[in-house]
Amino acid sequence: MAILQIKNLHVTVETEQGTKEILKGVDLTIRSGEVHAVMGPNGSGKSTLAYSIAGHPKYTVTQGEITLDGENVLEMSVDERARAGLFLAMQYPVEVPGVSMSNFLRTAKTAIDGQAPAIRNWIKDLRESMEALKMDSSFTERNVNEGFSGGEKKRHEILQLEMLKPKFAILDETDSGLDVDALKIVSEGVNRAHETQNNGVLLITHYTRILRYIQPDFVHVFVAGQIAEQGGRELADRLEAEGYDRYVKA
Amino acid sequence: MTASTQAAQHGLSEHSHGYGVPVQTRSERFSSTKLADFAAVSKREETWRYFDLDKLAGLDQAGLAEFSGDIGLTETNGITTSWVGSENPAFGAAGAPEDQPSAAAWQSASQAYLVDFAPETSFETLANLAVVGTSSEAEALHLIVRAGAGSKAGLIVNHTGTGNLGENVEIVVEDNANLTLISVQNWSKGSTHLASHFIKLGRNASVKHIVVTLGGDVVRVNPSAVFAGEGGSVDLYGLYFADAGQYQEHRLFVDHAMANCRSRVTYKGALQGEKAHTVWVGDVLIRAAAEGTDTYELNRNLLLTDGARADSVPNLEIETGQIEGAGHASASGRFDDDQLFYLQARGISEYEARQLVVRGFLNEVIQQIDDEALVAELTAAVEAKLERSGS
Ligand SMILES: Nc1ncnc2c1ncn2[C@@H]1O[C@H](COP(=O)(O)OP(=O)(O)O)[C@@H](O)[C@H]1O
Ligand SMILES: [Mg+2]
Repeated sequence: MAILQIKNLHVTVETEQGTKEILKGVDLTIRSGEVHAVMGPNGSGKSTLAYSIAGHPKYTVTQGEITLDGENVLEMSVDERARAGLFLAMQYPVEVPGVSMSNFLRTAKTAIDGQAPAIRNWIKDLRESMEALKMDSSFTERNVNEGFSGGEKKRHEILQLEMLKPKFAILDETDSGLDVDALKIVSEGVNRAHETQNNGVLLITHYTRILRYIQPDFVHVFVAGQIAEQGGRELADRLEAEGYDRYVKA
Repeated sequence: MTASTQAAQHGLSEHSHGYGVPVQTRSERFSSTKLADFAAVSKREETWRYFDLDKLAGLDQAGLAEFSGDIGLTETNGITTSWVGSENPAFGAAGAPEDQPSAAAWQSASQAYLVDFAPETSFETLANLAVVGTSSEAEALHLIVRAGAGSKAGLIVNHTGTGNLGENVEIVVEDNANLTLISVQNWSKGSTHLASHFIKLGRNASVKHIVVTLGGDVVRVNPSAVFAGEGGSVDLYGLYFADAGQYQEHRLFVDHAMANCRSRVTYKGALQGEKAHTVWVGDVLIRAAAEGTDTYELNRNLLLTDGARADSVPNLEIETGQIEGAGHASASGRFDDDQLFYLQARGISEYEARQLVVRGFLNEVIQQIDDEALVAELTAAVEAKLERSGS
């Protein structure tokens, strides 16, 4: 049983107009086996929360703490956080020219496990996951995300989630830009990883659509850098009916 | 036509050009084996536009000493080598100097070291010619590599040690011959090397020419390829990696004077550190007679840190409409922090992430080197550079 705790998190970014506080005291606790949905309007700070957990250098934590099983995450470098068991599926996955997907995945797996994966199982697992995500095997020879469509990039993120087996998966708008078929495929991948690995999931989304495929245990409404309300599934249904207006005006 | 980048933008920015007008029409460039026929070196000349003239190290002056270091094949393997004088017909068979240091070296070297691959013979492995500099005096060296008609041959010229060298390399590839020539410049700190390569291809000859520039304070290699018969094919590859304070220049010229020839130019450079400076100029001339020409040239530069500068100038000059294809691409971009974050977010350390990206970038050229030992040596040299940068 692992536990990711975020307490009173305040985060700023540097803008042309000076320092701007984006997260204004976020509290969130996620345990293994739980699925948390964070829902909020554009610009409310959802990606900032995701990036801050992953350690993106652009974001400065000015107050509060993040711990993973009691260890101080904020003192870890980006790669240390990943090796400790945190995974961020990015809203905009990055292209890496000249680096093949197979090389990238093997290098990442080796870094995270501290040893190279047994080759035969690795190839078999990779092939199975790619088939399930409906990714052609030729992708492994292509450069990381280079020339991938939006949907292919998102499937590649979920492939990494399945192969790297983190304790906690933070999915930043993995659903945005996907058509219904792709959304189903990606959601099934998330569910598969969740069931087989018993990971904790932080599902960040703007729309309720993905929650038809991925069942959250907890829903947090995120507005202006804070959690405005929390509850169970029913909160998502209410958001679907009423939108965010009620929170934004308040 | 100039694409100069000083670590400004994120990622690789593409510059696509229409056919541009070169600064000086390449077809009219002057050549002579005598230094006295040239005016003194000047910044007004296109060829010296980027070069710091204080760094010529005397190599543009007459009376250079003859190369005093060691030169020789590590294994002879049936290849004939000899020193030949300027009366030998091989001397000057491939071309003549187009700049002052080349002319100075030409007239200062009383003999040339000839590596001769016999006609109609197939040499299975790449031969290794070690050129080891041992002096910091201004010196001249003249090499001639001849691939006899119908031969299949390969040679690595590996420049190491301390040198202050003006060098001419004549590369004669006779009819139907196939030659791979790899020139490695991996000098010690404090070295200067100004080289001109003259490649002459006979009918249906093919050449793979690879320049690898890693070590040395100032290294300039100017390869030119001329087709003397129809049906020739030339691939010019280059890989360079400049550290803080290093200057590396590569000026290429492909002269399509014959019909139905093919050329490809692929140069890739990495740069890191204060005042690392690279210059790539690619001139391709398609003369009126060169119908059916097929040519493409590409240069890409990866700036790993601030303070480095890459200049990249492709020039395409076309005098006939009847061509197969002609194009060029040039792009310089800085190492992308987002790439670094992405790789690190997958558990990969910063150092390994940089290695991965740089190796991936240079791989297009490295994979052309069909010699395991050399690939291992170059990979280690690239990694040592990355390590030294302290990332
Ligand atoms: N690097 C940055 N510079 C300036 N403003 C930023 C930066 N990153 C985020 N912001 C601002 O912070 C707010 C939250 O952004 P973000 O976390 O991306 O929101 P969301 O993911 O919920 O759409 C927005 O107003 C955005 O413009
Ligand atoms: Mg976002």
